[in-house]
Amino acid sequence: MENLAFTQEVKPPNTQKGPVKWLKDNLFSTWYNSILTCLGLVILFFVFKSVFTWVFTQANWKVIPANLQILSIGSYPLEQIWRVSSVIYGLAVLLGLSAGIWNGLTRQITVAIGCIGAIILLLPFHISVREHALIANVIIAVCFAIGRDRDNWKRWVVIGWVLSFPWTMIMLHGFGADTVTTTNWGGLLLTLILAAIGILACFPLGVLLALGRRSQLPAIRWVSTIYIETVRGVPLITLLFMGSLLLPIFMPGDFQLDKVIRAMVVLTLFSAAYMAENVRGGLQAIPPGQVEAAQAVGLTYPKTMLFIDLPQALRSVIPAIVGQFIALFKDTSLVSVVGLLDLLGIGRSILGNPDWQGLQPEVYLFIAVIYFIFCYAMSFVSQKVEADLGIGKH
Amino acid sequence: MAENENTTNDPIIICEDVHKWFDDFHVLKGITTTFKKGEKAVICGPSGSGKSTFIRTINHLEEHQRGTIIVDGIELSNDLRNINLIRQEVGMVFQQFNLFPHLTNLKNITLGPIQVRKMSKSAAEEAALALLERMDIADQAYKYPAEISGGQQQRVAIARALAMEPKIMLFDEPTSALDPEMISEVLDVMRELAHSGMTMLVVTHEMGFAREVADRIMFFDEGVVIEEAAPADFFDNPQHERTKLFISQTLQH
Amino acid sequence: MMEDNSHKILSDKIPFYRDIRFLKVFFQILFVIGIILLTGFLYVNMLNGLSRQGIELGLNFLNSEAGFELSEGIDFEPSETYLKAFWVGIVNTIKISIIGIFCATVIGFFFGIARLSNNWLIRQIASVYVECFRNIPLLLQILFWYALTRVLPVVRESISFFNSIFINNRGVYFAFVERADGFNAWLWYLLSGSILAIFVVLGFAAFRYFFRFRELQQTARPSFISNITFGAKWAAAPIFLIVAIVGWFLTPEQPFAVTRPALQGFNFVGGMSFSPEFSALLIGLAVYTSAFIAEVVRSGIQAVVRGQREAARAVGLKESQVLRLVVIPQAIPIIVPPLTSQYLNLAKNSSLAIFIGFPDLFMVGETMINQTGQSIPVFAMIMVSYLIMSLTTSAFMNWYNRRITRVGK
Repeated sequence: MENLAFTQEVKPPNTQKGPVKWLKDNLFSTWYNSILTCLGLVILFFVFKSVFTWVFTQANWKVIPANLQILSIGSYPLEQIWRVSSVIYGLAVLLGLSAGIWNGLTRQITVAIGCIGAIILLLPFHISVREHALIANVIIAVCFAIGRDRDNWKRWVVIGWVLSFPWTMIMLHGFGADTVTTTNWGGLLLTLILAAIGILACFPLGVLLALGRRSQLPAIRWVSTIYIETVRGVPLITLLFMGSLLLPIFMPGDFQLDKVIRAMVVLTLFSAAYMAENVRGGLQAIPPGQVEAAQAVGLTYPKTMLFIDLPQALRSVIPAIVGQFIALFKDTSLVSVVGLLDLLGIGRSILGNPDWQGLQPEVYLFIAVIYFIFCYAMSFVSQKVEADLGIGKH
Repeated sequence: MAENENTTNDPIIICEDVHKWFDDFHVLKGITTTFKKGEKAVICGPSGSGKSTFIRTINHLEEHQRGTIIVDGIELSNDLRNINLIRQEVGMVFQQFNLFPHLTNLKNITLGPIQVRKMSKSAAEEAALALLERMDIADQAYKYPAEISGGQQQRVAIARALAMEPKIMLFDEPTSALDPEMISEVLDVMRELAHSGMTMLVVTHEMGFAREVADRIMFFDEGVVIEEAAPADFFDNPQHERTKLFISQTLQH
Repeated sequence: MMEDNSHKILSDKIPFYRDIRFLKVFFQILFVIGIILLTGFLYVNMLNGLSRQGIELGLNFLNSEAGFELSEGIDFEPSETYLKAFWVGIVNTIKISIIGIFCATVIGFFFGIARLSNNWLIRQIASVYVECFRNIPLLLQILFWYALTRVLPVVRESISFFNSIFINNRGVYFAFVERADGFNAWLWYLLSGSILAIFVVLGFAAFRYFFRFRELQQTARPSFISNITFGAKWAAAPIFLIVAIVGWFLTPEQPFAVTRPALQGFNFVGGMSFSPEFSALLIGLAVYTSAFIAEVVRSGIQAVVRGQREAARAVGLKESQVLRLVVIPQAIPIIVPPLTSQYLNLAKNSSLAIFIGFPDLFMVGETMINQTGQSIPVFAMIMVSYLIMSLTTSAFMNWYNRRITRVGK
């Protein structure tokens, strides 16, 4: 006990630090780890070597800049392109303001989107594309500065987001003589629209289905269950085909649904079933005491769901829901099966052009990078949210 | 002897031949009793005896399948309005607190008054802060339930029930999930509440509390009330063998 | 509220709009009527739509001549029926699904465990693999692999490995084990071996049941069934193996033979082969799904709480034993449900075959619709086929999951 004062001053035995120590711990800790490391290095060397030689010496990248416009907006008429830019700038304003007003998550999402803009800016795209990216990023930054800590703007920004959706559709579609029909929508623009609508619309529907599947009323429970299980049991592509082949049969005579809208409906109905299962998972994890406490306070069923169950359920399944959004984003690539020209569909149609034959690897790789950036950004944000909410810590 | 200066002769809860089954298991086998306005009743008994189920039928968290329950002149039946009315009259405190983890302590308390009683937000918050003050935890208002101790959580839960200005309070083993040093802070609050004249039904194993506060102790076993008496009689002169055993076991420690 | 009339009981008459019993039934009836109206509306539209298009519903077309060829699968002639064609499609879907699931599981477990390696480089490589392949649409990957098969060399310049695997733009050819002349003779040994094993197990179980545990209490005596499983493990399996091995050497000819693909004329003959379409689809499905399986495996193993590892070490187990005896048995029940849904996803995703012309169930169905116009029955057949596959797989996995979780409890 008397030695206590002395023992405190004793330093830990001299331990190695620095890169050598790190290498030893992480790469060469045992003999088989050393072998694995060497093997990994050899494999990496050959993969990188072949990829780099192909990318820098053999690939014909001319196909990308030459087709960049249709890859991004399909056959959207050039003289109407200001519509697309105005939508992008409008969203940039909202994004910047939100990032200023709310901190935390919104700010991270904004930074992620800003990074995508910066990447586009740095890549050798056509100068007009890079101008757009630059302007959008500047708008985000300016609005961020303006919106900082303006709490009383919250309501207006929320209203802005709600209105942004019809605004986008109206702006893109146009009116009167300037109408741009959905047949001209294509490329990344169409992919983003399909994904955004699917994500927004499948969410409420999925929540309703989840509640239906947990309902005490057998009729509602059974119908929800059958719907969910049927949709989850068959591939999306069959449903897309059904949407294009069967929907016209099941609709009243002269009623014709637009191709793009049909795809939107199918994507929404499809992901709603998956969303329902995610939400149900979250609802099941809530202890029964929560509902009892809410009932004891006198809350009715809808209010119990709205204020007690759903907020907790949704919070606990955010990762699964974002995973579902990512899946939906990737699934939009299947709409080319019903003749829509989304990003991948446009890519395939470019390859059908005799000028660009045999350039599959180049085109597919470029498209893959675009999909990867969006999906990875989403999963990155989801991991951040997960960490912020401390899921898994408890 | 318990103070019964608040107790009147007006019955506030009337139970007649209340039966309840979980599937084939007969949990409540015909409970008939009356609680008077201002009465403090402690319900005890071994686990699985139906005591929790009984107080949960009173605000219809469990549905009774036979018999009548009348709370403050309102019969618990299949009438949706009656159930909602009774739940506003009856507050409940749970063993596991059941605070809403996604809401601050203050919002836990104001949720009911704002959504059910249609109070204004400011009035509800004012009342909630007053209640927290009364529970001696006003400084915890803007924290989340997970950030405070079990005893404090249970006091928030009591405040949440009181915020609805109930006429009756049900306590379902309120101290069973607490560490020993936190039990007394919750019992103090309950004692204070008893003095204020609230009608209270308490399921608990805290025999000291029962002896001090209760007007009546009911002993449940296998779905029936096998003995009910004033605390003095119950502890000093138990009639039933089962009760004697129970008292000797619980008073040992 | 009711201070004054507390003795007047509000119970006599419940108006129907507040009666829970009534409301429960009412809402359900309302809901069912809604569903019936919707189906009725769709049905009437369907009848109108069909008459407009001049199609008569029915299944008779299934027995008429298909008239199209299928590029692969079990033997099929254009003169055979639509029903047979559909069956070929189903078999192709099942084939690609099973092989795909096998490959995806192997690759997925490999990368999942690699992500938990204590070697930094291996961990990073595995993470990059997982992030790359799960964030790119499967269709794009399949198209990419298919495009790569197009640039493979022609048959005469095949890439070959060890003279047993040949890769060219017509597909992948590799050596495979086939039944040989001695197979039937060897089958007799297998049959007699299994009969012998059954008798031994029954006798063994009966012996243990009646004699060896006579002295034990009735309750402690193991059941007959548990004796059978015990006997199957310790008596039947060795006996069967011994008979099978002895039979292998006693049969005059070899039961199996390895055949190697060999160049004959313009193509390879012998061995086993995968067409370019099949190969591209298989690689795409296996690689894409393996990225998800790797995540499932990683999070499953990580979900086993640290206290369990520490307790196992405290008992004195070696690291390999900690993993084998404590972590993995607990991780498997966590892994199985998401793994099942990945398997089902793979089976459903095999319908992307239509983009590269592999005749799976969906592509055959689509061809049938194009030729006959019978879209509704064919879609019903497609959906029922997929649903049967999904439901049986998930039923099997649920059963398996219940079995292993019961052991855990």
